[in-house]
Amino acid sequence: MNSQTTPLLSVRNLKTHFFMDEGVVKAVDGVTFDVHPGQIFGIVGESGCGKSVTMKAVLRIVEPPGKIVNGEILLRRAKGNGSNGEVIDLATLAANGKRMRSIRGGEIALIPQEPMAAFSPVHTVGDQIIEAIMLHQTVSQRAARKIALQMFKDVGIPIPDQRLDEYAWQLSGGLRQRAIIAMALSCNPRLLIADEPTTAVDVTTQAQVLRLLRRLQEDRNAAIIFITHDLGVIAQMASYVMVMYLGLVMEEGPVDEIFHAPQHPYTQALLRSIPSVNSAPRVNLPTISGSIPHPFNKPRGCPFHPRCEKLIAGKCDARTPALQTVAEKQLVSCFLYHDVEVAS
Amino acid sequence: MTNHPTIQLPNHPTTQRLLEVKNLHKYFPIRKGFFRKTIGNVRAVDDVSFFVNEGETLGLVGESGCGKTTTARCILRALTPTSGEMLFRPKAGQTVDLAKLSRQGLRPLRPQMQMIFQDPYGSLNPRMTLFDIVGEPLLVNGMKNRKERTERVAEILRLVGLRPEYMQRYPHAFSGGQRQRIGIARALALHPRLVVADEPVSALDVSVQAQILNLLLELQKRLHLTYLFVAHNLSVVKHISDRVAVMYVGKIVETATTQALFNSPKHPYTAALLAAVPVPDPRVRTGNVELKGEVPSPANPPSGCYFHPRCGYAVDICRVQAPVFREIVPSHFVSCHRADELKLQGIA
Repeated sequence: MNSQTTPLLSVRNLKTHFFMDEGVVKAVDGVTFDVHPGQIFGIVGESGCGKSVTMKAVLRIVEPPGKIVNGEILLRRAKGNGSNGEVIDLATLAANGKRMRSIRGGEIALIPQEPMAAFSPVHTVGDQIIEAIMLHQTVSQRAARKIALQMFKDVGIPIPDQRLDEYAWQLSGGLRQRAIIAMALSCNPRLLIADEPTTAVDVTTQAQVLRLLRRLQEDRNAAIIFITHDLGVIAQMASYVMVMYLGLVMEEGPVDEIFHAPQHPYTQALLRSIPSVNSAPRVNLPTISGSIPHPFNKPRGCPFHPRCEKLIAGKCDARTPALQTVAEKQLVSCFLYHDVEVAS
Repeated sequence: MTNHPTIQLPNHPTTQRLLEVKNLHKYFPIRKGFFRKTIGNVRAVDDVSFFVNEGETLGLVGESGCGKTTTARCILRALTPTSGEMLFRPKAGQTVDLAKLSRQGLRPLRPQMQMIFQDPYGSLNPRMTLFDIVGEPLLVNGMKNRKERTERVAEILRLVGLRPEYMQRYPHAFSGGQRQRIGIARALALHPRLVVADEPVSALDVSVQAQILNLLLELQKRLHLTYLFVAHNLSVVKHISDRVAVMYVGKIVETATTQALFNSPKHPYTAALLAAVPVPDPRVRTGNVELKGEVPSPANPPSGCYFHPRCGYAVDICRVQAPVFREIVPSHFVSCHRADELKLQGIA
């Protein structure tokens, strides 16, 4: 989608490692991608693939012992408000410095997975949203409350003025998720990062939240990075998909190509192994053998090679393939398609 | 206790009922004040009736708080039901009502009913080896000889796809999928007939879920097991179940064979659930039928049909009178006033 536009966010060869007593966990190990304005960019992967750490690195909220060891996180800032559309590298900013704090929550906002943990239980949800608005905009408390109220209306919270004065634990799961979305949107972010926003809610609530996000994205033309492990959700939400496995990008491309013409053996196997409401009942599913390795024993070469059916012995287990364009719009890191390896 | 797994071919008359639940209720009292006066009840399970045939899988689906886990726990008598009958046909002897048995009376039946848990991390004691975990039910039920027990544990581990050499290891050495296999091994140690699986794959990674679902299907064929499969994921339930029961606020709203339920749902809630499932295909747009509002609290359910405030088809009678759970076509049960006239969209 609109690859002609200048990207809003460009991540270049990002590496985020965790330095533990037991060794180094390379949670994100060389990830490159572009997010364009108005795009819903899906990152899909199983546990330990680095999808959440990538997001945390962009927001500069990686906790120690984690550290960004390499790479650039280039954000194109909006014109106006004293900036003239310059590009800044978030990776070079101080994580708690003034500039990063004005971007985090302002230009880039986060919808976290667990809305209960995201709100403080001892302040009303209204006060927390008003605090965020007053941090990023020069408005009075009364005006901030008005903005918060309007946000609550926009996300479809019934009796919004009463809900503003309630505590997070008084709200139901669906309402809490809506309140979090209202908070994330309250400062008009240009980039919204949704980290598993519907994993903790039920299917019918999930459908409501997904519809709401889609509508808000259309109305405001914000870009969304949508992180999930659920292939169904990603197919319904994203326009462009990046598939990650053990800290590396396996494949990326437009959503239709990823689901209808997957190239990487991992993507292919993953799509085959999920039970679908449309598939025949009580037949054996094709499986991916083995399980995801522990991050300390990350395999040499391509991280997927011990579980791969199309393993090329002597090659996949020795060298790591680089992400290369293979089809018109698809990028794949697999030696089946090219011979380019990651520069060490 | 026999030493060999009861490998039986499915030549049983499959119409035999292993478990029949009739009008099951489980209320949790809400207490308040210094004297802990009961001021109301949370109707977690509110007049639930269903049956499970021998050798089949009944899927129990519903959203969180609908009472599916409470129902499962009542059947295993981890909870004592408020009222109702739970008729279980043991391996030998007369059909018994599990709801009426005392702790003592339940003991001989316990080995025949086992449970597989959701969380493969929380359900295994980190200080016990695999041999202790899988061997404990054997020891408790009188297999005192350690050598005999070792043999049986090895046999079960092989059955669930784990190497017997792992017997002296602790759970932390295993991945989520392998831990779930350990949980399954423990449940199968005593040759159960009814296995209650409460969300057995929802904590697992997508690439591992398929392995566990295949294992459950294979074990069912080999050991002639009967499953009560509790889950919220409709795709998973469709994959493993012969019949499905849908729960909403403590009641079963629809029961049918898997095909019938998914192809032609008769209850608006089932249809809404099916429409809400995100299909992993970008060319098929799902989630267009939006269910308004939220699941009501079982402490204060609405009048009439519990689903009426959210139902797009509700008419006057739905607001005042609770629908009867009835058989609308053979083996398709539904509780909806308008089930005969509605044409609801299923999944082809």
